[in-house]
Amino acid sequence: MTGERKLTTQKAIAEAIAQEMDADPTVFVMGEDVGVYGGIFGATEGLLDEFGPDRVKDTPISETGFIGAGIGAAIHGMRPIVELMFVDFFGVCMDQIYNNMAKIHYFSGGNIKVPMVLTTAVGGGYSDAGQHSQTLWGMFAHLPGMKVVVPSNPYDAKGLMIAAIRDDNPVVYMFHKGVLGLGWMTNNPRATGVVPEAPYEVPIGKAAIAREGSDVTIVTVGLSVHKALDAAEKLAEEGVSAEILDLRSLVPLDREAICASVEKTHRLIVVDEDYQSFGMSGEVITTAIEGAFDYLDAPPVRVTTPDTPIPYSHPLEAWALPSTERIMRAAQAMLVAG
Amino acid sequence: MAVPREHLIDMYETMVKIRRFEERIRELYFADKLPAFDIAAGLIPGEMHLAAGQEPVAVGMRPHLKDGDAITATHRPHHLAIAQGVDLNKMAAEIFGRDTGLGRGKGGHMHLFSTEPSFGCSGIIGEGMPVAVGAAMAFKARGTANVALSFFGEGAANQGAFHEAINLAALWSLPVVFVCEDNAYAISVPKTASTAVTDNSDRAAAYGIPGVLVPDNDPVSVYEVMGAAIERARGGGGPSLVEIRTDRLWGHFEGDADAYRTDDFKEDMNERDPLKTFAQRLLADGVLSEADITEIADRMHTEVEAAIEFAMNSPYPAPEATLDHVFSERTVTL
Repeated sequence: MTGERKLTTQKAIAEAIAQEMDADPTVFVMGEDVGVYGGIFGATEGLLDEFGPDRVKDTPISETGFIGAGIGAAIHGMRPIVELMFVDFFGVCMDQIYNNMAKIHYFSGGNIKVPMVLTTAVGGGYSDAGQHSQTLWGMFAHLPGMKVVVPSNPYDAKGLMIAAIRDDNPVVYMFHKGVLGLGWMTNNPRATGVVPEAPYEVPIGKAAIAREGSDVTIVTVGLSVHKALDAAEKLAEEGVSAEILDLRSLVPLDREAICASVEKTHRLIVVDEDYQSFGMSGEVITTAIEGAFDYLDAPPVRVTTPDTPIPYSHPLEAWALPSTERIMRAAQAMLVAG
Repeated sequence: MAVPREHLIDMYETMVKIRRFEERIRELYFADKLPAFDIAAGLIPGEMHLAAGQEPVAVGMRPHLKDGDAITATHRPHHLAIAQGVDLNKMAAEIFGRDTGLGRGKGGHMHLFSTEPSFGCSGIIGEGMPVAVGAAMAFKARGTANVALSFFGEGAANQGAFHEAINLAALWSLPVVFVCEDNAYAISVPKTASTAVTDNSDRAAAYGIPGVLVPDNDPVSVYEVMGAAIERARGGGGPSLVEIRTDRLWGHFEGDADAYRTDDFKEDMNERDPLKTFAQRLLADGVLSEADITEIADRMHTEVEAAIEFAMNSPYPAPEATLDHVFSERTVTL
């Protein structure tokens, strides 16, 4: 049965792109190693063979050049998917992203659309050190004019990619390396799941309840969804019922879903692999305080990466990034406190 | 290349229109900012970069443009927008921050965007160059015989975007013409203090494409060189780099004391004002009469005045319209 077909997140992304390229001749892909290699993280696997080098373009290591070119192509009737290999590389090309891609529609008073998808790999946990392990979604989400999506599983990865390609706005599509199901990353059973073959959209801006619960809400995104689910399973054995809200999109942020869950559970933990200060965790907590203050029975708590560069050595990195154990400890402390 | 008479007249008329537009913006910019200059005050607040003296760069390409061609320009964009035929009323209205402006008051004079003709500009040095490459990719993919023209100052030739964009355009043989408007100063820093080569056109060699220098800020020279570069690009011959020595007659921005340029430099520059010298040449060559010159000035001044009037009579956007147009659907709330 097609409905039971299982794919890894990486293959779900590649399938989504292939289906949209098949349906729409204006969709094309460019970036470093997206062609013969199929994307360092496999997001464009098989596309070169299927669509040829005019629509699957390997670029020089020239992010300002090819991201800017994506903008120009998008303005002129194309729907480019442009890959920034690691989000950490934004430093060499951020002007094109936040000053140009994200602002042209606004500056033009809505007359010029930039229907472009910027895909990028995020996240750590495999000792790739401080320039290849960041998530940085809080920074992208902070800057107006680009939607930001972060799928945590194969089903959402496909649906969000199709929605992103069809969206008339710039969408930053951040895939966490740990949820892709790559053979060369730590095995993650949650990185494989049922993915319908026919194209479908997962709406941008809608969170999903990844696990229902009643005692505490854990709001998170990306690989931390998996860690939170693992924590929730163990907490259940202790009689604690945790609800996991997978934001899926940071922009637009599903504030209603955050407040609705907090109104139900009265407790909030935010798990964010991004740096702690000035980021997603603060935004989610503020949302709950603004929208569901009277429902909160305890101060919200966050489990995040501290405000340090991501360290290399395994014990350092494992300590720094949110873990199942840290999430459990946070929930236990919160519930003991009442 | 013999320049058809109608092209000479068209170029001259457009130069007059540009100059008049810049003069009127300048007058209205200062009218309510003095005696103590306040950049935030008045009908046109903010920075204002005017292009008086750089008209030849703009008008020389004009007769070679076709529907669908795209231009990316700089923080000093008015001459190029006018020469391409961007709606003058909407452009003026944008500069005055009105709801009828190109961007409904969201962009201002450094962020003028038009769809027909396709024009964009930016306040970041070199930012438009990769965008022109992408426009050319779209033209090639869609099989249109269009060309993207990317204008930038000589200061931008030291930006990474310059090298990345030209490399990509050359690598993929795209229909782009890169045009360096060399007015010799990046704000206060002369090219001699910023650039390791004398001619930025020489840098074309690094990417295996033609590099051509127009040394004299002459509309006819620009016409000839741009004609060849645009024709080459349109015909599938790939990109080229054109460098035009031009003059910024006024300061970097209005209100700039311009103390970094000597009186002698400024005197020489004003002596060779291209509007004056081109008029003299057209008179001498019998292309235009004194009566023609007067008639053109009247007609262009009337057109500019109508645009200014349109702008000043247009309403401001509602303040809460701030929240519109972040995305194509409204998602932003307070």
